[in-house]
Amino acid sequence: MTAISILNGHALLPGTDKAEAMPLQIQDGKIASFGDSTGKPVQLDATNLLIAPGIIDFGVFKTDKPAFRFGGITRAALMPDQSPVHDDPATVRYAALKGKPDLWVHPLAAATQGLAGLQMAEIALMKEAGAVGVATGRKWIGDSGIMLRIMRYCAALDLPVIVHSEDAALAGNAVATESETATLLGLSSASPITETLAIARDLMLAEESGAHVHFRQVTTARSLDLIREGKARGLKISCGITPGHLFLSNNAIFDFRTFARLSPPLRDESDRLACIAAIADGTIDVIASGHDPRGPEDKRLPFSEAAPGMAGAETLLALTLNLVRDEIITTGRLFELLATNPARILGLNSGQISIGYEADLILIDPYAPWQVDSNRMTALAGNTPFDKLPVQGRVRHMLKGGKIIAA
Amino acid sequence: MTWTQNFTADAFPAGSDAFQHKHLLGISGLQKWEILYILKEAEHWVALNRSGPAKHDDRLSGMTIINAFFENSTRTLLSFEIAGKRLGADVVNMHAAQSSVKKGETLIDTAMTLNAMRADAIVIRHASSGAVQLISSKVDCPVLNAGDGSHEHPTQALLDALTIMRRRGSVEGQTVVICGDVLHSRVARSNLFCLKSLGAEVRVVAPPALMPHAIEAFGAKAFSNFDEALSGADVVMMLRLQNERMQGDFIPSPREYYHLYGLDERRLSLAKTDALVMHPGPMNRGVEIASNVADHIERSAITEQVEMGVAVRMACLDILTRKARAVEGWA
Repeated sequence: MTAISILNGHALLPGTDKAEAMPLQIQDGKIASFGDSTGKPVQLDATNLLIAPGIIDFGVFKTDKPAFRFGGITRAALMPDQSPVHDDPATVRYAALKGKPDLWVHPLAAATQGLAGLQMAEIALMKEAGAVGVATGRKWIGDSGIMLRIMRYCAALDLPVIVHSEDAALAGNAVATESETATLLGLSSASPITETLAIARDLMLAEESGAHVHFRQVTTARSLDLIREGKARGLKISCGITPGHLFLSNNAIFDFRTFARLSPPLRDESDRLACIAAIADGTIDVIASGHDPRGPEDKRLPFSEAAPGMAGAETLLALTLNLVRDEIITTGRLFELLATNPARILGLNSGQISIGYEADLILIDPYAPWQVDSNRMTALAGNTPFDKLPVQGRVRHMLKGGKIIAA
Repeated sequence: MTWTQNFTADAFPAGSDAFQHKHLLGISGLQKWEILYILKEAEHWVALNRSGPAKHDDRLSGMTIINAFFENSTRTLLSFEIAGKRLGADVVNMHAAQSSVKKGETLIDTAMTLNAMRADAIVIRHASSGAVQLISSKVDCPVLNAGDGSHEHPTQALLDALTIMRRRGSVEGQTVVICGDVLHSRVARSNLFCLKSLGAEVRVVAPPALMPHAIEAFGAKAFSNFDEALSGADVVMMLRLQNERMQGDFIPSPREYYHLYGLDERRLSLAKTDALVMHPGPMNRGVEIASNVADHIERSAITEQVEMGVAVRMACLDILTRKARAVEGWA
């Protein structure tokens, strides 16, 4: 395989706050050395660019190559909520191979058959077929007995359990968080403790089982307090969030904007600020896109009938760079959230710029301005609640396993 | 007719027409003077409707009004139909049960179909909050919301305000109690916005499970005890309790509901001696209201509400079609 030399750029090395001027040598798909090249490699000029690990998008609902390429996503953990559901080894194996070599898809196996929350799926066989974790999907598993058995099983198989936290009985048919906005619009709504209650139970079960539990989206102040407390007690837990809940509050659903209908629903401003604080203090481990492209057939409907979810792959990087510009976190910390931590939780040899690691790299112009436009997205659908927002940060080059991926 | 509201010219903004909205989607987007303008216009139609057998004014002659009701309705549909016909329009009713909606057509496609038939106004009722607004964004003609989910039912609030105004002289300064399933009620929301805008004190009463979150942010005073709320009330507005909400999910039983939230003579005596009883209908006698209260000849304004409904809807149809009819000053 060709050797590549990335010159004149600033590379973000593990454990550092910001990028340093550093030439990179890539050989056989791996990061081979820092410093000047020997021989005559292909040269990639990275003047004024930031060299960062490729984003590992933890929890997407569609394999959407053009959107991932635009967003600098070199690997994606795919949720089992597919058609058919990824609850058997064959579908998992197919999903794991589908994107290669440009994009590595790491399937998350359905915890229960058909994601119905009733009977365990063939988790061990799916692990052998390439699953890197087990997920409850879009729903919470209400039966605590099943959930405990799944966690114990996964602890023995050394697989993380990725949970959706929303108590189904409390949530009912709610499409929004209890708020002035929901009352004004006459939308059925549920208390934010819908999430907290689910997390409280799963923390107990995590402690009981010893499993690594990853709370895919934690979005309220009280939930984050529980996570903080659990981590302090030494539980093997981690948690994530998407830009929707970091940058929008439930005012965004005003005028029945279905692009802002998410699951869990958007929260009050005080909860949003608590999420930002949890990014700053390290409680939150992962920021993912939650990429869920939905066309007009799912979104151009009355709010309650529209499907939840947003297309987020293209905007993940540009939006989260705001956290650096607002001095909430450093660039180094941002890529821990976007790449290093997801790789660690899922057990992948990627997510950081270290010798011997897969050369999954993105070369970013962090200041390049552009405007989010739901009509002109490369994703399968343009359902973004950030439509028309001016943002900064574009991926100029992407390498997956040392191979340059064309835009 | 007893108006104490002041309707001099300076009540309205200078330089343009008095109602600058293309559609009537809800009360929450309206200014006080816009509400008052509709009510003032409706007074004219009340007089016409009472004028004898030939109550026709054919100013909408040749226009087509489609009543697209995706949710069942008797009185609102009939009221809009009569309103349209008295104004001389060709009124067509579309019931969801008979339509292609049952065959899986999306709401937007149905809207485009109605639009292609060149309706001059579309009146819509739908079970989902926001559905009427969605349709209004896809059609060329004015859209009137006849009730969308738990969101708004603006013409109901306008006819209620007109009824209160005529019976009590004014809305301003009145204490209005709204009791029942406030959580799921579009009537309660529209009335709250309308009555607060016109200067009334609004008290909402509901069992805890049927009280919306943060309702006080909209200026209402929330009560769970009906008796307390009734003290000093000028108007008692009862809401219908839907059968499907009575079976234990939200309240234990109709009997218990009536015990706590039913309006009977004893409760009514807690309000002012001349307090008005209102109900948007259809009533569940014995569930939320006692028959002798509903039929009280001096206190109950329930049939008058229905009468005002036709007048208010005539006013709305007239106002919203003025641009299309090139009425002078409404370019």
